[in-house]
Amino acid sequence: MIAQSVVLAAEFPPSVEDFYLPSILPWGVHDNYWFTKITFLVWVAVAAIIIFFLVSYRKPELVPTKKQWLAESIYGFVRNNIAVEMIGPKGVAFAPYLTTLFMFILLNNFWGIVPFVQLSPNSHIAFPAILAVVSYVMFIYVGIRKHGFVKYLKHSLIPPAPGFILPLLIPIEFFSNFLVRPFSLAVRLFANMFAGHILLLVFTLGGFAMISATPLLAPVSILSWVLSIALTFLEFLVICLQAYVFTVLTASYVQGSLADEH
Amino acid sequence: MLTYLAAEAATTEHNPIIPAWEEIVVGSVAFAVLCFVLMKFVFPQMEKTFRARVDAIEGGIKRAEAAQAEANELLEQYRAQLAEARTEAARIRDEARADAEGIRQDVLAKAREESDRIIAAGNEQLAAQRESIVRELRSEVGTLAVDLAGKIVGEALADEARTRGTVERFIADLDTAGTAGGR
Repeated sequence: MIAQSVVLAAEFPPSVEDFYLPSILPWGVHDNYWFTKITFLVWVAVAAIIIFFLVSYRKPELVPTKKQWLAESIYGFVRNNIAVEMIGPKGVAFAPYLTTLFMFILLNNFWGIVPFVQLSPNSHIAFPAILAVVSYVMFIYVGIRKHGFVKYLKHSLIPPAPGFILPLLIPIEFFSNFLVRPFSLAVRLFANMFAGHILLLVFTLGGFAMISATPLLAPVSILSWVLSIALTFLEFLVICLQAYVFTVLTASYVQGSLADEH
Repeated sequence: MLTYLAAEAATTEHNPIIPAWEEIVVGSVAFAVLCFVLMKFVFPQMEKTFRARVDAIEGGIKRAEAAQAEANELLEQYRAQLAEARTEAARIRDEARADAEGIRQDVLAKAREESDRIIAAGNEQLAAQRESIVRELRSEVGTLAVDLAGKIVGEALADEARTRGTVERFIADLDTAGTAGGR
């Protein structure tokens, strides 16, 4: 990875190609995505979450241990502050999925600022897209199960508005509810992670580029690296926020499908 | 490094908004595994623990309420017993006071009776003594008076019968004189 950075340092400014690293197995092959740094990080994140929860919840007790308490607070946070808050009492049923979603996004985002890793799988749109599709299918399925197909379409497409304006509103509702939603969900997360990585690259590689151009720019290079550290903290904020936003929006779509009236 | 760069230059341009299908497959499998494990083995367990905890707390509250109720009942009981005991004590005290009063009255009455009896006995004795003294005096006065008169007259009045008659007459005279004087 360090060799990778040296290689990357050679080319400035950073480009999209910086996100498409050669695969690990088979080593160094391009355009082979089965086992790359990205997919490896996804597996590590998934394994970490599973191991953490299984270990800390192996023997649950009424009076929790520290680990158990931590696992419970994560679940409790999503359950009470997102699921129940957004959806209401019925939200408890969705809390397990929402927590899984939240943890998956959070950990995968987090790779973006882990030293020596610093590349989030979510900066590849495939992963946010999967999650967005799951959310999309889920909120539509939930709506149809609750209202029936026709009634659900009516419910989500026809807002309570005077008849003459409906020809205008129905396409807009369709567009916003069924076309934009999954797309915006996926792109919001992807773009944030993508931009975060680009930002870090710009400031880190920019430092190298300047110092190798002329030693006179060394102070600016150092400032640039300091800023990249500051930006890492900003990224941390973005990471948590995007995980939260994705989960909250999914909950909110489910809530919209379950709602009785507009 | 040169070969590396050359290889990279040879690859096609990537469009970041087009997902790679391999990654979609990998991501789906990974996310599905995560969902399966967490939603099957972890979170239901947590809900169960939450419920158990709520039960434990509510059970605790219920138990505490029962204990409280029992304590209140006992308190009422004790209060009732205490009140009963108090009235009992008051009753006993009143009785004792009444008894004491009665005993005092009895003692007083007895004492008064005794004193009356003693006084009566004293009076009686006094009267008897007075009677005997008067009687003695009477005979002595008679004898003295006769002796005196005999000495004065110079001759003994031998005749007993006459003497007694004279003396009695004299005393009767004294009595009448005394009573006349008393009048």
